[in-house]
Amino acid sequence: MAYSGDKIGRGGAVPHSREVIQVKDLVKNYGDFQAVKGISFTVKRGEIFGLIGPNGAGKTTTIRILSTLLKVSGGSVNIYGNDVATEPEKIRHIISYLPEDAGAYKNLTGREYLKFMASFFDGGEEMVDKGMEIADLGDRIDDKVDAYSKGMKRRLLVGRAMMIDPKVAILDEPTSGLDVINAQEVRHIIKDYARAGTTVLLSSHNMLEVDFLCDRIALIDDGRIVEEGTPSTLKERYKANNIEEVFTRVVK
Amino acid sequence: MSLKSIIKKEVKELLTPEAIVPVMVIAIVFAAMGNFMGGIEDELEEKPLIALINLDAGEHGRLVSTILEENADIIYNGTDVDEAIKIVKEEGGSAILEVPGDFSTNIENNVTGTINIVWIMKGVGVMDSIPSAKIDNLIQSINLGISAELIQRENDLDPVHVLYPTGREETILFKDREIEGVSPGTLSGMLSAQSVMVPIVTMILIMMAGGIIISSMGMEKEDKTLETLLTLPVKRESIVTGKVVGAAVIGLIMAGIYMLGFGYYMRSFRVGEVNLAERGLALGMLDYALVGLSLFGALLAGLALSLVLGTYAEDYKSAQSYLFPVTALALIPMFVFMFMDLGSMPVALRGAMLAIPFSHPIIAMRSLMFDDYLLVIGGIIYTFVFSGVMIFFAVRIFNSDRLITGRMTKKDGLLEKLTK
Repeated sequence: MAYSGDKIGRGGAVPHSREVIQVKDLVKNYGDFQAVKGISFTVKRGEIFGLIGPNGAGKTTTIRILSTLLKVSGGSVNIYGNDVATEPEKIRHIISYLPEDAGAYKNLTGREYLKFMASFFDGGEEMVDKGMEIADLGDRIDDKVDAYSKGMKRRLLVGRAMMIDPKVAILDEPTSGLDVINAQEVRHIIKDYARAGTTVLLSSHNMLEVDFLCDRIALIDDGRIVEEGTPSTLKERYKANNIEEVFTRVVK
Repeated sequence: MSLKSIIKKEVKELLTPEAIVPVMVIAIVFAAMGNFMGGIEDELEEKPLIALINLDAGEHGRLVSTILEENADIIYNGTDVDEAIKIVKEEGGSAILEVPGDFSTNIENNVTGTINIVWIMKGVGVMDSIPSAKIDNLIQSINLGISAELIQRENDLDPVHVLYPTGREETILFKDREIEGVSPGTLSGMLSAQSVMVPIVTMILIMMAGGIIISSMGMEKEDKTLETLLTLPVKRESIVTGKVVGAAVIGLIMAGIYMLGFGYYMRSFRVGEVNLAERGLALGMLDYALVGLSLFGALLAGLALSLVLGTYAEDYKSAQSYLFPVTALALIPMFVFMFMDLGSMPVALRGAMLAIPFSHPIIAMRSLMFDDYLLVIGGIIYTFVFSGVMIFFAVRIFNSDRLITGRMTKKDGLLEKLTK
């Protein structure tokens, strides 16, 4: 059962208009160390917004704050009108977070894992079917997760993240561990969801992926946003052929 | 050089606080046990503190006084039993020995000379019967002395009577209860046989369920499932409760299976049923319900404590070392209560035992035999309060950054250190 894209809940293209993610002067301290030093950005509904930057720049910290995993040290984050500091539980109902190195419960089968995850969203068979369609694991969906390859596990997790029709999908390296064909398919799934109204906040080290997927990009370095714009604007601004060149020039 | 590098790396990797602390604790426990055993030897060498009521002015009665004066510290020597009991209780003595007025006459007439013993017991642990063992020796000496005297002179007495001229009638005073016809050794033996299951069930239950919950936290971190779980629309309280209840169910099943086997094992050692009901020491339905509730409270406390410790685990391997404090806390009361009773412990040890929630089911079993409901209900309340505090900490940790970052900073206070 390969992914067909016809089961995305909100259906049809939606115009980018309303800002549904507002990050203002966000600061995150770990004791004396400041990982995020006052970053601000907004993301509109249905937009795919990419956070890129070198290792240790503060991307994952920012993503974890938006996913309600870490507390805010300063500034504010608002998602669909809910403050991440005071209303994290409301936010958890509308987001779906896919961590970079996430795993699944080894003793469950793929199908059981999706059912377990769907139960938190009161999702029935339809939600699980959608997850299985995205995961596209065929008969292996009834095998224990422990027996899956890295790529199969990632597809299952992408299926889990997208099956709930999240209003906001926060994806850290969504295609990590996937081969070219599978990675491409996952990118198409993400695009389809965005078209249907899901707002996507994405972090990736794969600049081709960022170029292909993102409507806008913010480049983070040393806890600060140092560049922001659409891929084409940035390429033009730095007279670069691709985002990788932009990245290299900005960070160097 | 490369060998040196490998050895250096191995030592650095293996020499972690998680590996060292349990070994150090075990060393300290052994040292403390050595000290304790030394203490028992010292105690055995000390003369017993007793009261003597000698109503017999005859030859044998005088011999009893002489032997006791030489081998015991007599803290009361008179005729008033109530006064003697009062003084022995105040001075921390062990027994009141009463020699009846017809002691010598009876012996001379082929009748066993009875010595009445009133034992004052502060506890019913194995250690609490040590003073009675010393007095048993004194009675043996008295028997031997009288026997030797009877043999020295010519008489027409029954040879068996000459060898065993004295007998005894015993009463134990413990927690305002009078238990007749039982020696302290027999009583502590009877109670140990009756209550041996509770400490073992407690220990197995806590170790099993604690291990499950700590491992579960370690696995969540190792398998990288925790981050996803924490972004799901489920209250942190539900995650904590789910983990505690899940581990409790599995722990109960596992302990049940273990106990089934252990029950059969124990049955093979039972020679004759001890009749506690005859002594007014049997437990009723309400008592068993209270022991069950106490056990449940201890299990809950163990699980909540394990969950808090489990949040510090980085992975499955380190989770095992965080189980050590729980195991130690489950084992210590089991061993201590094997030897001693709450009433006869030094104050500091008593405080420590009462502070460990896993002591309370053990205390409950013994206390209920003597209708000490206040201690049992207090213990149950304590275990639930302890669980509540631990669950509060666990929820705070689940609501904090620490579960994700594992960071603690120097500036933080204790509460922040625990929950940040």
